[in-house]
Amino acid sequence: MKMHSRNRNVAIVGIGQTTLSSHKEDQNQVEMVQEAVINALADAGLAIGDIDCIVHGNMELFEMQFAPDLWHSLGTGALGKDAYRITTGGTTGSTLVCAADNLVASGLYDTVLAIGMEKLQEGNTTGGITNMADPLWFRNLQTGALTGTTAQEIIDEFGEERAKRAAIRYRIMMDRHAMLNPRAHRRFGLEESQAEDLMANSPQLVGELRLIHMCSQSDGAAAMIFTSEEKVKRGTKNPPVWIRDHIQVHREETIPNLFGFTKPEMTHRYAARTLFARNGIVNPVEYFDVFEMYDPSAWWAVDWLREFLLLEGDEHLRMLEAGEFELDGKLPLNPSGGVIASNPIGATAMLRAAEAALQIRGDAGAHQIKKEVRHALASGFGGTFWTALMILEKDLTGWEVRHG
Amino acid sequence: MTNNRVAICAVAQHKNDSDLWHKRFQGMLLDVLEDLREQTGFTFDEETGVNTIVSCSDDFFDARTISNNGVADVLGAHYRGEEKMAQEGLNAIGYAQAVILSGHADLVLVMGHCKESQPESRNTVTNMGFDPFYGRPVGLDYLSAAALQARAYMAKAGLSEEHLAGIVVRARQCASRNPWANARETVEAGQIMASPMLCDPIRSLHAYPVSDGAVGMLLASAERAAEFSDRPVWISGFANCMDSYFLGDRDLTANFALKQAAGRAYAKAGIRDPRKEIDLVEVMDAYAYQQPLWMEGLGFCGDSEGSRFLEEGGPGKHRVNLSGGMLAGNPVIIAGLYRAAEAVLQLQGAAGERQVPDLHRALAHSTTGAAGQFHSVLILEN
Repeated sequence: MKMHSRNRNVAIVGIGQTTLSSHKEDQNQVEMVQEAVINALADAGLAIGDIDCIVHGNMELFEMQFAPDLWHSLGTGALGKDAYRITTGGTTGSTLVCAADNLVASGLYDTVLAIGMEKLQEGNTTGGITNMADPLWFRNLQTGALTGTTAQEIIDEFGEERAKRAAIRYRIMMDRHAMLNPRAHRRFGLEESQAEDLMANSPQLVGELRLIHMCSQSDGAAAMIFTSEEKVKRGTKNPPVWIRDHIQVHREETIPNLFGFTKPEMTHRYAARTLFARNGIVNPVEYFDVFEMYDPSAWWAVDWLREFLLLEGDEHLRMLEAGEFELDGKLPLNPSGGVIASNPIGATAMLRAAEAALQIRGDAGAHQIKKEVRHALASGFGGTFWTALMILEKDLTGWEVRHG
Repeated sequence: MTNNRVAICAVAQHKNDSDLWHKRFQGMLLDVLEDLREQTGFTFDEETGVNTIVSCSDDFFDARTISNNGVADVLGAHYRGEEKMAQEGLNAIGYAQAVILSGHADLVLVMGHCKESQPESRNTVTNMGFDPFYGRPVGLDYLSAAALQARAYMAKAGLSEEHLAGIVVRARQCASRNPWANARETVEAGQIMASPMLCDPIRSLHAYPVSDGAVGMLLASAERAAEFSDRPVWISGFANCMDSYFLGDRDLTANFALKQAAGRAYAKAGIRDPRKEIDLVEVMDAYAYQQPLWMEGLGFCGDSEGSRFLEEGGPGKHRVNLSGGMLAGNPVIIAGLYRAAEAVLQLQGAAGERQVPDLHRALAHSTTGAAGQFHSVLILEN
């Protein structure tokens, strides 16, 4: 395995979010984008003139806006600047972070502003997602993002009682975290005592995937500012957060991979083992202080923890059952409340990196982890099992970077 | 000198066609991919092969949310990184260059596709490019926006119907020598001036024909370029630029964004006078009036001098659009990729019947948005 190399180091120096809601009716798309951009600039202590390049992303068919970056330029501040628009479905937000990292590391741009947004209220999200499937082969089978097979697989592997309890425990934990995050969209105030009722009575979507397990559809935008080590050395308003490495792993949609007799390695595990190996991380549970995971449903989240953290058997369930993913646990998971609480799709994966960076800075507010956060992991999910995974660091030293 | 530069090792084009009803875009991309593999022998090996793919397509034209999802297999994105440039494809080359310079990858595969024959009309797609409050309800689309720009520019530069016809006559003559072009039959000036009015003053033969196409390229770091090509072409400058969104906020004939993009690309490539230092130009001329307008923006003639540039044989002298240009038909999403493909072939000396001698440096240009809201400029050297 080749070690990771980069031309120069890149830091996150500004983070801006809008509040996340089912209906942001007081703003149009441009105004919502502008709110996130203004917040990011203020957070970085920079003016729009300090930005060399803008990277924008969302899904055209969710809002039914062709080439939306052109209209949104009124809010992104791209006038007169270099600009890119890069999209990869649900992973878009993390792809934008990866792209900004690449653009700054390349030396072509010193300071890059990345913006992910979605105003799902303005379209039909499940219709839009169904429309991604091949019209000849898969579209009639597609139910948007509602995938019930994982629930059944976890039940088959661990038994109905343990599986259902794990999923609902996860869901209630996420709501507890979201209750501490004033920006989060869905904050129910769920209690552990409601678990039995929710497991039995929450409306079924597909099999044991119930309404309570599923993520929201939200309106919102996120913006992040990235700059070079040279610029950071001249001073930043807030502590910089370093991007150590990132990986993106895609896979084809073809059906044998979904229903074949031999289950292929999940892209999450491939991404994690490749990324950790080339960065010399042997035990991710020990190494990372926080994990912001793209969790579209409680069932997927429970399953994916095993893949991302390279766990075996029921290790992930035992960690969950022992409270290891709580805010005061061994590896706090989604202190923000995660995707299950808030999901403006084009911004969702960027929010994972943004929230992880805020934890490293110690600026997350009420959902800040109490112990020091030095190493953070953030993931994105999209397409037909596409993964983006990145490592964020508090310090520039202590991890090996080979400058290419 | 070339140590920190990025090479385009090979290009593959699918022939442009007005209605490839018998072929899905996946099949078009597969042809392009196999062509590239035949030329370069690249693999998808984890250690030494392509691990990063930059695709280019559009959800509206493909009628698929997350259009890259439908082509992941033919891009080779099986446990590999893939990012979709959701802009015109020339920007995919610009971004791929950054990915290699960042140190994150030493090989990048760029793959773009678009089938304009699929939607009911290109105008219904580009109408959705306007905001839902003001531009969309009044029926603006990229054709009608271009017509506003054409009228303003014709008045400013003294551009006549005869000038426009001359541009198209030459474009078709060039296209007749380009096996990848769509509209390859030559036309007479009279036919052009009598062709039906699409959107005053743009006539049907002033506009690029509906086209299906696909383009692929293999980019490599300087250290690895020789493994894949004995005639690598080097990227010496890339930049793009955004103009204002509202047409009323812009002087439609001022080339604000193009001048900035070109200026930044020239600075990177160390070009002071493009007229003397660039040997070949491929501009994205979706409509005939755009060729002289964009040549003004690129600095090959002064403001309002586009018609004189034509009269003095500027397009021939500066070897503009020897491929036939976009007027011979490329899908709008990847017209810039076709521009770059022609520039690469010319610099490699592989342009067949349309090859010209003594080439060192070429320019490829693309634009997106209504009346050229966004421009991209790529400088290539052999």
